[in-house]
Amino acid sequence: MKCDLVVVGAGPAGSMTAKAAAEAGLDVVMMEKRQEIGDPVRCAEGVSKAALKKLVEPDPSWISAEVKGARIRAPDGTEIVISEDRAGAEVGYVLERKVFDRALAQEAAEAGAKVMVKTRALGLLTEKGVPAGVVAQFVGEELKIEAPLVIGADGVESKVGRWAGIETALKPKDVETCAQFLVQDERIDDDYCEFYLGNDIAPGGYVWSFPKGRALANVGIGILGSKADSGTPIRLLRDFMKANFPEGKVLEMMVGGVPVSGPIERTVADGVILVGDAARQSDPITGGGIINAMKAGKMAGKIAADLVPRGEVDKRSLMVYEEMWRETIGKHISRNFAVKEFFVDLTDDDLNRMIHSLDGIDVAELDLKGLLKVLVRQNPKHLLKLRHLIV
Amino acid sequence: MLTVNRYKCGYCGACVGVCPAAALELVETWIEVNDDCTRCGRCAKICPLGALELDKEAKR
Ligand SMILES: Cc1cc2nc3c(=O)[nH]c(=O)nc-3n(C[C@H](O)[C@H](O)[C@H](O)COP(=O)(O)OP(=O)(O)OC[C@H]3O[C@@H](n4cnc5c(N)ncnc54)[C@H](O)[C@@H]3O)c2cc1C
Ligand code: SF4
Ligand code: SF4
Repeated sequence: MKCDLVVVGAGPAGSMTAKAAAEAGLDVVMMEKRQEIGDPVRCAEGVSKAALKKLVEPDPSWISAEVKGARIRAPDGTEIVISEDRAGAEVGYVLERKVFDRALAQEAAEAGAKVMVKTRALGLLTEKGVPAGVVAQFVGEELKIEAPLVIGADGVESKVGRWAGIETALKPKDVETCAQFLVQDERIDDDYCEFYLGNDIAPGGYVWSFPKGRALANVGIGILGSKADSGTPIRLLRDFMKANFPEGKVLEMMVGGVPVSGPIERTVADGVILVGDAARQSDPITGGGIINAMKAGKMAGKIAADLVPRGEVDKRSLMVYEEMWRETIGKHISRNFAVKEFFVDLTDDDLNRMIHSLDGIDVAELDLKGLLKVLVRQNPKHLLKLRHLIV
Repeated sequence: MLTVNRYKCGYCGACVGVCPAAALELVETWIEVNDDCTRCGRCAKICPLGALELDKEAKR
């Protein structure tokens, strides 16, 4: 089989890539190793409404709930509420990723991309030592797909980069190891996302509760890999449930890893581009990666459509993509990586002090940058190291 | 040897992402380990469910 572009992985990054490239006229094959796109889910499903709307038309079929704001709880129990709009307008979505991921893949298909499920990339084809497509296993049978460009959108477990000589293995300090339950409990607040901080609760991470409507929520935990031991996330999540939702009923469970490494050295090689979690583009503080994955996919797809017809797929030509994402989403990722490196070593006393400093302050901006600004203003001495990062 | 408890594993791929030797692969709902494994233990440390174990005999 031959085509212009092979996209490996049909998550948000892959589908946005395939859609953008196909829309611009490329002959695209997108392969996904799972037999069902989007399932099992590895996500808490929270996104900013405004950011998502710029990328795709919201559809009720994949929105579980809309939230008005967030609540953050300090280790000593103090809570602050962050709500962008005092009138209580919804600022965030909690998605149904099983439906969302497939809907994005469907958009790629409608734009003309060929989608292949239960098709796992096994390695790169090469021609005179240069990547020239993918060897895959399609429902158990070997399949070769020749293409001048391969885009790796293969998520946290990405191999495409490694095959092309890009080192993407995550160190324990650069990954959040996570577990999550879908919980039914009358105590769940359907309007707010909640975050719980503390070194006993979630070392180097946090516990979240993202409502999905009708007293359901994704209640999960992320722990910094370097502070974890085999099975720590599931153990601490069970402890949290006992303390906070003793009556909670668990309807689903899932586990996963989120890259929090900040920008890696390089995301292009001859004939290869990486996007989304494969390129470690998730936010190092929040662990959110859907929006960045979609943005990077859109950039990569457009650039592919521009360069492939011209035969310019060597590493140097592909630097256009590298520069574009670093200039845009990369800036936030770098800054948040520096902030994360600082935050993960704070003691519970530090965390309490910070939350207390926000008491009575009108945190008008829901976004992280706004919050950090207020924190630095309120804690000039303690957060001196962060000042230069947040201007 | 690295053993995978298939009954515990939640097939999330986190271990695959941290393995410095690229010795792991997530195939649908199971993890495969190949001969490149250096028994460094990184994957076992970060597994959210504790499904990976390094056999102490072999580690010697
Ligand atoms: C517990 C947890 C909670 C999270 N919560 C949030 C949140 O609330 N908000 C948010 O924005 N982000 C969240 N994230 C992060 C978010 O899920 C990811 O950033 C996002 O899914 C990245 O999209 P992607 O397309 O890059 O990768 P993925 O969605 O992981 O997609 C990669 C796809 O590639 C496929 N694949 C892999 N290897 C191959 C191969 N060899 N051949 C073929 N296919 C392959 C995989 O099967 C998969 O379908 C969370 C992550 C976790 C683990
Ligand atoms: S990290 Fe653990 S649960 Fe996840 S795939 Fe690996 S062995 Fe399975
Ligand atoms: S022990 Fe180390 S080398 Fe072996 S599979 Fe785990 S991470 Fe890879």
